[in-house]
Amino acid sequence: MENESFEPKIVAFVCNWCTYAGADLTGTSRIKYATNVRIIRFPCTGRIDYNLILKAFERGADGVIVSGCHPNDCHYTSGNFHARRRWIVFRGLLEYMGIDPRRIIFSWVSAAEGAKWADVVNRAVTEVRQLGPAKEFNEMRKSQAFEFRSV
Amino acid sequence: MTYYTISHNNLLEFLKSIRAQGKKLIAPQQREQKIFFMETDDVSSIVFDYIQTSISPKDILFPRVEPLITYELTADALQVNDRAEQLPSISTVLFGARPCDAVALTMLEKFFAEEPGDPFVEKRAKQLTVISVSCSKADSYCFCTSVGVSPGDTRGSDILLTPCENNEYYVEVLTEKGNDLVQKSQNLFNKSEKKEKEKYLANVSSDIPAEEISKRLENAFNNPLWNEASLRCIGCGTCAYVCPLCSCFDIEDEGTQKCGTRLRCWDSCGFALFTMHTSGHNPRRTQSERWRQRVLHKFSYLPQRVQVFGCVGCGRCSRACPVDMNLKEQLQLIKEAL
Amino acid sequence: MNQLNQIAKELLTSQKVKLVIGYGEGTDGRVRPVFVRKSEDASQLIWDDRCRQNLAVYLNKTEIREIGFPIAIVSLPATVRSIVQLIAEHQFQVEDVIPIVQEGANVTTIENKERLEQYAAANPVVFPPFVVEEIENIRNKSVEERFEYWQEELSRCFKCYACRAACPLCYCERCITDVNTPQWVCVPPHAIGTFEWHMNRAMHLAGRCVECGSCTIACPVGIPIGLLTMEATRIAREELGYEPGIKCDVPAALATFRPDDKESFIL
Repeated sequence: MENESFEPKIVAFVCNWCTYAGADLTGTSRIKYATNVRIIRFPCTGRIDYNLILKAFERGADGVIVSGCHPNDCHYTSGNFHARRRWIVFRGLLEYMGIDPRRIIFSWVSAAEGAKWADVVNRAVTEVRQLGPAKEFNEMRKSQAFEFRSV
Repeated sequence: MTYYTISHNNLLEFLKSIRAQGKKLIAPQQREQKIFFMETDDVSSIVFDYIQTSISPKDILFPRVEPLITYELTADALQVNDRAEQLPSISTVLFGARPCDAVALTMLEKFFAEEPGDPFVEKRAKQLTVISVSCSKADSYCFCTSVGVSPGDTRGSDILLTPCENNEYYVEVLTEKGNDLVQKSQNLFNKSEKKEKEKYLANVSSDIPAEEISKRLENAFNNPLWNEASLRCIGCGTCAYVCPLCSCFDIEDEGTQKCGTRLRCWDSCGFALFTMHTSGHNPRRTQSERWRQRVLHKFSYLPQRVQVFGCVGCGRCSRACPVDMNLKEQLQLIKEAL
Repeated sequence: MNQLNQIAKELLTSQKVKLVIGYGEGTDGRVRPVFVRKSEDASQLIWDDRCRQNLAVYLNKTEIREIGFPIAIVSLPATVRSIVQLIAEHQFQVEDVIPIVQEGANVTTIENKERLEQYAAANPVVFPPFVVEEIENIRNKSVEERFEYWQEELSRCFKCYACRAACPLCYCERCITDVNTPQWVCVPPHAIGTFEWHMNRAMHLAGRCVECGSCTIACPVGIPIGLLTMEATRIAREELGYEPGIKCDVPAALATFRPDDKESFIL
């Protein structure tokens, strides 16, 4: 499959108070950006379980964006700090087990950073398009008894 | 029954021809200092010089996970598929089972044939031909003779090979299935008379006759010996998983609103949550109660209910146990304590 | 080990402890865990190079605890680290456990917090050469090669959870795999199911695994599974500055944070 014609599926796990609002601003500012992303809204990045990121890949995502409030700006004070620690370990473990960590893009995007959100998405899409489809997960999926289909 | 001899090289040719006939060949392979039964295309990778594999071949009949049904919700309808009907017909040959494994496979078939009968095990058993190899060596973990099995036992095998001198095997063809296989490669076998194979078999002492143990266990439920015996057990479940006979299972469902499957998975009575009720009460709260259950089930309840021991003395549980629970030793302790 | 038998005998005769957990002779030259409750049985205890398993796992078991604290336990350096980590996680108090340790040619007991922390810090876990080699081996692989390696190793995993049972730090009465609403970890041991299980286990042991190798010893199919949890702890050590098993009162690695945790990978 030619990389140029491959359109990656990206799932974005974002926090409600900053990045989700920021993404709204991107829209109201009429900034165009890549359409490959499906956004899932969480109250806080601290709520994002790494298992959910794994499930996204298992259900067909080629890349994942995880984005929240800047450190010290978390609506729940410290959710993003806890999340950051978790991501440091998760990323390292994924790499150790043979999954390219460049498939997961982490960012801090505040409610005022509409332009940055567009930037983050565009970067993610370019990066993942270059990496190609998530063949590691495709391979692993083959051994399942049945295929999960999207709900 | 017909008898032959076959050289080691011809045996390899025989196995090659089985593969060439499109059959699935499962044989002992080495991985990281342990021996496993694995599907193979390359007969030169088959291992012959070992005493026992790490895991039993029971997963050929009773896989680790068996999807029972799958469901799919489309725009129009709910479709439910019975996976038993969809089981592919793949003729399979298991090579290298020990006589204890072959006996265990027949017992597994028997357990699952109890009303209402299990179509998965039945189908898989129909497609399976078992070529066993008698034991010329045993180690201190083996105790097949204590439970009524022997290193040259013919039960459960379609063909039984016994290694003899001159790198040859004595071949006993025991069933139609075995005969069919041999006929296709007749030229590789030399007809033979019935041989006395005792001298080629390992010597497995039977100082803990299981019948005696069964009798003594009848009144052992409240005996304090279970406590001491089980202190080091960590409830890891390895014994049940490597055992050729353990067949307890758990039913688990996996899926979404749109599609999913119901799975039958291996379970172990050694796990802490095995008998946990939803109320939070656990009738087998401590490891000693679970250890007692394991031993009583295999050596007391099963003999009482279905007149078979739940054990063929293969020794895998003891070899694999990380804390050396050693079932054979436990039986010796029971014999002495009771 | 004469000193060991002497110490155990004294501990039991004086009734300072009701139980000494140690190593004893097993089948065919193997070593097995033994539980000595009578002073005359203290001679069962042995201690040599064959004793590699971490006995701290028994300190979490209800049946053992019901015998009554304090419990004396023959401890390798990794065992002491497990004990310190378990104390840090409030599973028991310092006075509940008396580690019996080797110091040079001597065998002694540790009976206070300072000595415990001192011993743990002074006796880091030393990996056997084949482990060091394997770690180097994987480190030199590319991401694709690592994927191949782990897929090959994990293909033998049949989710027996022996690794979990042997680990002193896996003491949850209800593991994440035992939860089915939601089903976090796919049940079957197919590639995804095993990947999820081992990923979860490694994440849950980040900054907690004391690198004792018991999980690898317990695995019935020979997977070097300890390498994964060790990697999680290595990341916690190098990126988060967190060393498990050294101090008795530190908060958990993944339940705390520092404002200056590294974030070079975050846009």
